[in-house]
Amino acid sequence: MRRSRVREMPILRVIARALVPLILLFGLYVQFHGDFGPGGGFQAGVIFAAGLIVYALIFGREALQRVMPTILTERLMAAGVLLYGAVGVAAMFLGGEFLNYSALDPLTTGHYGQHLGIIVIELGVGIAVAATMMRVYYGFVNSRLASENGWAAGEGDAP
Amino acid sequence: MPGLTDHFVVLEVVLPLLAAPACVLIRNPRVTRLFSLGIVAACFAIAVALLIQVRGGGVISYHLGGWPPPLGIEYRVSTVNAYLLVLVTAMALVVMSFDSRGGPPRVSESRRHLYYAVFLLCVCGLLGITITGDAFNIFVFLEISSLSSYILVSLGGHRRAVMSAFHYLVMGTIGGVFFMLGVGLLYQATGTLNLREIAERLEPSLDDRGAVLALALLVVGISIKLAVFPLHHWLPNAYSFAPPKVSAFLAATATKVSFYLLATILFVIFGAPFVFGELRLHVVLMPLSILAMFLASGAAIFQTDLRRLLAYSSVAQVGYMTLGLSTANATGLAGGLVHLFNHAVMKGGLFLVVACLLHRVGAVHLDALAGVGRRMPVTCAALVIGGLSLIGVPGTVGFVSKWYLVSGVLERGWTAAAVLILLSSLLAVVYVGRVVEALYFRQPAEDHVRPGLREAPFAMLAPTWILIAAAIVFGLTTNWTYGVAAEAAGLLLQGGI
Amino acid sequence: MTSAASFTEAVSGLWVYWLIIVLMMVGLYIVIARDNLVKKVMGLNIFQAAAILFYVSMAKVEGGTAPIVPQDAGHGAGHEGHEILYSNPLPHVLMLTAIVVGVATTALALALAVRIHREYGTSEEDEAVAWDMEHG
Repeated sequence: MRRSRVREMPILRVIARALVPLILLFGLYVQFHGDFGPGGGFQAGVIFAAGLIVYALIFGREALQRVMPTILTERLMAAGVLLYGAVGVAAMFLGGEFLNYSALDPLTTGHYGQHLGIIVIELGVGIAVAATMMRVYYGFVNSRLASENGWAAGEGDAP
Repeated sequence: MPGLTDHFVVLEVVLPLLAAPACVLIRNPRVTRLFSLGIVAACFAIAVALLIQVRGGGVISYHLGGWPPPLGIEYRVSTVNAYLLVLVTAMALVVMSFDSRGGPPRVSESRRHLYYAVFLLCVCGLLGITITGDAFNIFVFLEISSLSSYILVSLGGHRRAVMSAFHYLVMGTIGGVFFMLGVGLLYQATGTLNLREIAERLEPSLDDRGAVLALALLVVGISIKLAVFPLHHWLPNAYSFAPPKVSAFLAATATKVSFYLLATILFVIFGAPFVFGELRLHVVLMPLSILAMFLASGAAIFQTDLRRLLAYSSVAQVGYMTLGLSTANATGLAGGLVHLFNHAVMKGGLFLVVACLLHRVGAVHLDALAGVGRRMPVTCAALVIGGLSLIGVPGTVGFVSKWYLVSGVLERGWTAAAVLILLSSLLAVVYVGRVVEALYFRQPAEDHVRPGLREAPFAMLAPTWILIAAAIVFGLTTNWTYGVAAEAAGLLLQGGI
Repeated sequence: MTSAASFTEAVSGLWVYWLIIVLMMVGLYIVIARDNLVKKVMGLNIFQAAAILFYVSMAKVEGGTAPIVPQDAGHGAGHEGHEILYSNPLPHVLMLTAIVVGVATTALALALAVRIHREYGTSEEDEAVAWDMEHG
C-alpha cells in the first residue's frame, strides 16, 4: 500500500526527473571547479550521491540499483582511495616524496604537475565519497530494521 | 633520485592504507589473507630497518608532498617511535598469522575480506599516530584506528559485543573530540601544527590558561583511549566480548600507542619541568596509577570469565605504565616504556591462549576450564607462563619491568609507592592462582566433561608460543628491550623526538 | 577594573567561547542522560559540532575575506600596494577532515544501533542492559 503512494505522486516524480540531472551536473561542476575556487571531491561526491539517492527515494531502490549495484559501490569506494594513493605512489616513483605532485611533471617547473595531481586526487576523493554515501544508504535501507518498520526506500513515511 | 629505502618512513603507513581498499577489490578470502599477511610482514621488516637506522640517536625526517615542516606534514622517526613501530607491526604479524582459517568465526566467508581491510586500517592508524610529527595528523590517525577498532570489537559474535562496541565508540569519540580541542588550543597559541615547532614556540606557564586547558584536554582525551583508571569503563567489556584475536591485538598495541602519545604530549610538547615541576601532574597521576593497580587487580580476582579477568588486569597494567610516567626520571620512564613492550608481549600471548581455549573448549568460564590443564598441557603451560609474567616472577618480562619501575619510584623517593607495587603483585598472584587452580587442580563438573578434548591446532599454538617464548627470552636478556627503552626515555626527557 | 566589569567583558568579549562551551555541554548531557541510542548519537554530533565551531571561529580574522585570490588581481596582488586581508584557511581545511571523521563516526554508530536493535529488539540502552542482566 505505502509502497505505491510515493511513486504515484506525479508532482514528486516530475520534479525529480527534472532536478536529478541538474543535481548530478552541479556535482560534476563542484568536482572540476575545485582547483579554481571553492569545491572539491568531498562536496562533489556528497552532492552527486545525494542526486542519486533522491532518485532512489522517488523511483525505488531497485531502479537505482540497476545502474549502481551494491557491489559496484563497494568497488568504487576502494577504487577511489586507490586512485588517490596511486598518485602519491606515482610521485614517489618519479623521484619526489609521497604526494609531491611537482614530481608528476619533471619537465617544467612543476606547476603543471601540481595541477594534474590535485585534479586526479580530487577525482579519487569524489568517487570514493559518492560511493561511500550510496553504500551507507544501501546499508541502512537494506537492513531488516528498515524493512520491518517500512522505512525502506519508496515505501512511504515511517508509521 | 631517491631510492626506495628513503621512502621507508612513508611506506610504513601507506602500505597498509592502500592494501585495505585493495582487499575490498580482491574479495577472495584466501588471497586477501595471504595478501594482508604479506603487507604486515613488509611493514614489520620496514619497522626493523628503521629501528636499526635510528638506533644511537639518529633521526629520519620525511616531508609529505615535498612541503617542508612548518607548513607541510612531517613524518619523523627516532628511537622512541621506531621502538613502537616494531612492536605494533610484530604484534600485527603474530595475530594475523594466528589460525590459518583466518578471521573471527562469526564473520562469514563472503565478508572476510572486509575483516582484513578493517584490520589493516587499524594497523595503519596505529602506525600513523606513532610516526607522524603533525598534531592534527595524529587526530586523523587516532580516529582511523579507533573507528576500525570499534568495528573489530563488534565482530565478537555475542550480542553484548555490539553493545560494548557502541560504548567504546561513545567514549572514544568524546576522547577524540577532547584531543582535537586540545590541538586547536595549541594551534591558537603557537600558529603551527608541527609537534616540534609547537614545543619550541610554546612557553607554558601556570598563568597561561590556554596552555593549561590544552594540556588538560589532551591528557583527558588520551587517557580515555589509554583507559587510565577512572576512564577505563569501556575496556573490560570491549576486550572480553571482542574476538579474542582482536583483543590480543588491541590489548598489545592500541593502549600502548596511546601511552606513547601521552608521553609525547607531556615530555616533548609541554616538557617535564612544566608538567611535573610547575603543574605537579604526578600528584594526580601517581595516586590514580596506584588505585588502578589495586582496584582493577581486585576486580580481576572476582571475575569468573578468563577474558574479563585479563581485561581487568590490563587496566591494572596501564596503572604500572602511568606510574612509571609520573616518576619523570630516566629509570622510571624507561621502566614504563619497557613495561609497554613487555605487557604487550605477555597480554598478547595470553589473549591468544584464550583464543586457543575458546576454539577447543568453547567457553572460557573458569568452571568450563576445570581440569583442562591435563588435556591441553601445551596450551595451558603457555597460560601459566604468561600468568607468572603478569605477577612478575624472575626470569619473565614482568620481573624486568617491575624491577625498573620499583627502582625508578625509589629514585624519586616514593618508598610507599614501591611497597604498594610489590603488594599489588600479590593480588596478581591471587587472580593468576585462581586460573591455575581451575586448570590443574579442579575436577571438571559433570556437564563439562569433554571426552574428545585435544590440544589446539599447531597453527594456533605456534604464534601463541612465539609471544610466550618472547616473554621468557626478554625476561632473561634485556639488552634489546631495556636498552632501547632507556635510550627512548633519555630522548623524551630531553624533550626531543 | 572592578570584578563586575571584568565579568561582563568575559561574557561579551568571549561570547563565542561561551556558546561553544554551552553547545558542548548540551551534547555531552544528551550522551550521558538519554537512553535512546540514536539520541546518544545526536548528542555526540552536537558535541563534535561544538569543537568544529571552535576551530572555525578561531580562523576568523576581523575584516578578513574568504581566502580566494580575486581573479583580476592575479598572484601578486598582495605585493602591489593594496593588501587583501584573508581569514586563515587552515582551520577550515582541518575541519573538513574533522567533519568527514564525524560522518564516519555517525554512520558507524547508527549501524551499530541498527544491529543492537536487531539483537535486543530495542533502541533503549537501559532496556538492553536490563535484558542482559536477566539473561546473562
